[in-house]
Amino acid sequence: MDFPRPPFRTRIEHLLAVDKDSKPKLYLQLFDAAEIFSLNYALELLLSAGIATLGLVLDSPAVVIGAMLISPLMGPILAGGLALAAADIYLGIKSLLSVLLSSLCAVLFAAALFAEFIANDRPFLVKYDGKYFFPALFTYTEEDFGTTDELKDTAANFRDPQIQKQIAEKGGYIVWPLIRYSYDTHNLDLPTPAPSKPTWLLTEEECAPVVKRKGLSGCRDLEYNWLGTDDQGRDVVARLIYGFRISVLFGLILTAISSVIGIVVGAVQGYFGGWTDLLLQRFIEIWTSVPQLYLLLIISSVLVPGFFVLLGILLLFSWVALEGLVRAEFLRGRNFEYIRAARALGVSNRVIMFRHLLPNAMVATLTMLPFILSSSVTILTALDFLGLGLPPGSPSLGELLAQGKANIQAPWLGLSGFFTVAIMLSLLIFIGEAVRDAFDPRKIFVP
Amino acid sequence: MMDAAAPPLLSVKELSVAFGQGEGRTLAVNRVSFDVRKGETVALVGESGSGKSVTALSVMKLLPYPAASHPSGRILFKGRDLMTLSEREMQQVRGKDIGIVFQEPMTSLNPLHTIGRQIGEALILHGSVTSQEQVRARTLELLAQVGIPDPEQRLFSYPHQLSGGQRQRVMIAMALANDPDLLIADEPTTALDVTVQAQILKLLKDMQARFGMAILFITHDLGIVRKMADRVCIMRLGEIVEQGPVERVFAAPEHPYTRALLAAEPKGEPAPLNPTAPVVVQTDDLKVWFPVRRGVLRRTVGHIKAVDGVSLELRKGETLGVVGESGSGKTTLGLAILRLVSSDGPIAFMGKPLQGLKFKAMRPHRRHMQIVFQDPYGSLSPRLSVADIVAEGLTVHHPKMPEEERERRVIRALEDVGIDPETRFRYPHEFSGGQRQRIAVARALVLEPSFIVLDEPTSALDMLIQAQIVDLLRDLQKRHDLTYMFISHDLKVIAALASKVIVMRQGKVVEAGPAAEIFKAPKHEYTRALFAAAFDLEITAPEAVAQ
Repeated sequence: MDFPRPPFRTRIEHLLAVDKDSKPKLYLQLFDAAEIFSLNYALELLLSAGIATLGLVLDSPAVVIGAMLISPLMGPILAGGLALAAADIYLGIKSLLSVLLSSLCAVLFAAALFAEFIANDRPFLVKYDGKYFFPALFTYTEEDFGTTDELKDTAANFRDPQIQKQIAEKGGYIVWPLIRYSYDTHNLDLPTPAPSKPTWLLTEEECAPVVKRKGLSGCRDLEYNWLGTDDQGRDVVARLIYGFRISVLFGLILTAISSVIGIVVGAVQGYFGGWTDLLLQRFIEIWTSVPQLYLLLIISSVLVPGFFVLLGILLLFSWVALEGLVRAEFLRGRNFEYIRAARALGVSNRVIMFRHLLPNAMVATLTMLPFILSSSVTILTALDFLGLGLPPGSPSLGELLAQGKANIQAPWLGLSGFFTVAIMLSLLIFIGEAVRDAFDPRKIFVP
Repeated sequence: MMDAAAPPLLSVKELSVAFGQGEGRTLAVNRVSFDVRKGETVALVGESGSGKSVTALSVMKLLPYPAASHPSGRILFKGRDLMTLSEREMQQVRGKDIGIVFQEPMTSLNPLHTIGRQIGEALILHGSVTSQEQVRARTLELLAQVGIPDPEQRLFSYPHQLSGGQRQRVMIAMALANDPDLLIADEPTTALDVTVQAQILKLLKDMQARFGMAILFITHDLGIVRKMADRVCIMRLGEIVEQGPVERVFAAPEHPYTRALLAAEPKGEPAPLNPTAPVVVQTDDLKVWFPVRRGVLRRTVGHIKAVDGVSLELRKGETLGVVGESGSGKTTLGLAILRLVSSDGPIAFMGKPLQGLKFKAMRPHRRHMQIVFQDPYGSLSPRLSVADIVAEGLTVHHPKMPEEERERRVIRALEDVGIDPETRFRYPHEFSGGQRQRIAVARALVLEPSFIVLDEPTSALDMLIQAQIVDLLRDLQKRHDLTYMFISHDLKVIAALASKVIVMRQGKVVEAGPAAEIFKAPKHEYTRALFAAAFDLEITAPEAVAQ
């Protein structure tokens, strides 16, 4: 009856010991890791989004790099290793596919998060006078690149031919992102009045003035606006990328915070019942009958609407969506025998709620999540469309749609806005459903 | 009564049932053959998971096809092979030639339709009657036959307005509506109280005598088999291990499993009374009244008296058996003593008053009083490992206990109840019902309590497991000098364990005293009726028990 082994070691041993029983389990776990639409995967994406938000808040893309690209890839890579070791062709193919798929997913996601590295009017890397500069991460003045006139204290504008010339003269080079526009870069060499067509649709005739002025040979040599420009001459692709990022992050953050609030309130209400439940329920009934849109109109005329102000305002109402569901689950769950057993043991209410009830209420809760996620994105887009959302100048899908409505003669605005929103919402639903499936007890409890 | 030469009414030959496809396919029933002759009762007996219900449902072809399939077998009913019939032809057989009564009377009636309409539907579907008047007349006749009082009125009742026993009578009326040749009764009395069970069994017998139908009776209760059946098939793990006439099987069982099953009655001597031992639990006129509130202001207009003035005294090392039918307040009494529901009236535990103590003040006492619940599937949190479940009490009451010591105690508790401690990192769903109940006992034991409330700990378990748990509990009681309060409707288990018994009915104690005396000479009429129903499946003094 004596067990002299230190418990820590036994635990570690238990974790590491690959006995006959646990082998298939380990295998299954890695097999699951090769699954791209799974809980872990979605959580990793959420984590990355969280880090990215931090980057947004600090306004420094430098915060974000590295781990994010790797983390969603880890599972499939591990599974691939196992496939090699176990010479399992099926798992191998599966993990290879997952690596490819998740690379694609990671690239897409990173594309959104690292928008600065894809569409930016500041290059990644500049070599000038034997030194390296990273304009995408840090701000440099014109003086750093040899300007001596009155402009020398202003931030370097790398799109300026003058600076490009100075760098080339010192034997340096510039490494540009794919698209040389940021969301707020105005294309100064527009061949037609803004909104201007996608460059590949322009006729030589339309290009002629710009081509002539810049000494080029034809339309093909112009800097491309793949999806044209908006009515202020800003590149639509760049604005889409940044707008996509803001929408997705907004949706994820709003969903995350409102779920936490909704779950906590619902849990308290459902678990304690009685007067707590009655009072909170009456309050929520009144709260939900407040006309949201009017309140938004009033608040946005008082506060300057920005990312976080909008987040706060929408949060006031969006938490209610989950609350009722969680309340019902807890009301049902609190009479289960294992809850009674825990109470008979003297376990405190807080622990019962978190340890025993919450995991079992999660399934129903997660069913709602995809819809809350997509409705959060939709509401931001709608506010932007009405002009009540993000401040003017910020990249926003709603604003693009509004421009498309105002400029029927420029269908590239409306079409690209529409397709982006449609694809984004479908993707978000897929991610949400993957999270839900991962919590599905029929998939977890394999006897 | 039986004509052995005539072809059997129902002949199941080499029937197999498989669930799932491909690799995950499991065989639930494996090459089962049996016959049911006209007018006889055949019982399919077995533990849960033995395939008895699946066999019966495949006769009706009510399994979830195509998830279920029949790799082999024929089902000949009146010479026709039911396996080859189309779904449409099968609908003609169901309800007309073969009727079925399910276990759960709460869910097998549609709550939104009156019972008159539901019985009428069965009649109209098979075209045995045409006009509205005929339907009405036949429905009334059926209700009267199955013993529903005041059928005229009950025609317009909804299922929730009937008691469990009455609902089961309605189900039987529906099954008999078209004079079927075969009635399949799938554990028709399992969800009912013993006194009601005796009534339903008598009803089935009467109906069979009157209409001469055959009954395929599925049950796990050997007492019912002995009472009801002409022949019996013992099933185990999807196979029939033994079949034959009831008298022969019970008198001279051939298969070892049958012998084990017959020997599985809970046995043994209960803990002795000990009038000099210290009093562990004492209540005086304990009341649990749930207020009934009405209206906007939620005024209290009355009370449901779940426990109404119970006084009891339990000494160390004794077992108090609490007996009663569902709704008699026995579980509430247990919860009230542990202060898991609020109550009125003094409760003393080891001489200290518990009533009115706050949650925090109550906590030190909780270590000494524990509870084990009825449903081993519901009483363990599905998302915690067994080690965590058992250790939970330790983390609450000994937060400073070193991890090593905690682990040692968990292991000891698991060994005490006969669970291999190596399996403690698994989750509850990986254990069987009996093992889970052992884990629930281990969770209670790990705190080394002196008093345990056992709330029907054996009633969700199979016979063999039941006997094992009873032995385990008695053994633990001896070893740790435990005091039990054993709540059960199963009088056989009570007889094997309890040294004192209280019989409860509608919140009140009807009879109390030493177990030996009560079992030998019950004084109260209700107690006598209860014992007759439980031990002999007979109805005595029907006016003493509720419908």
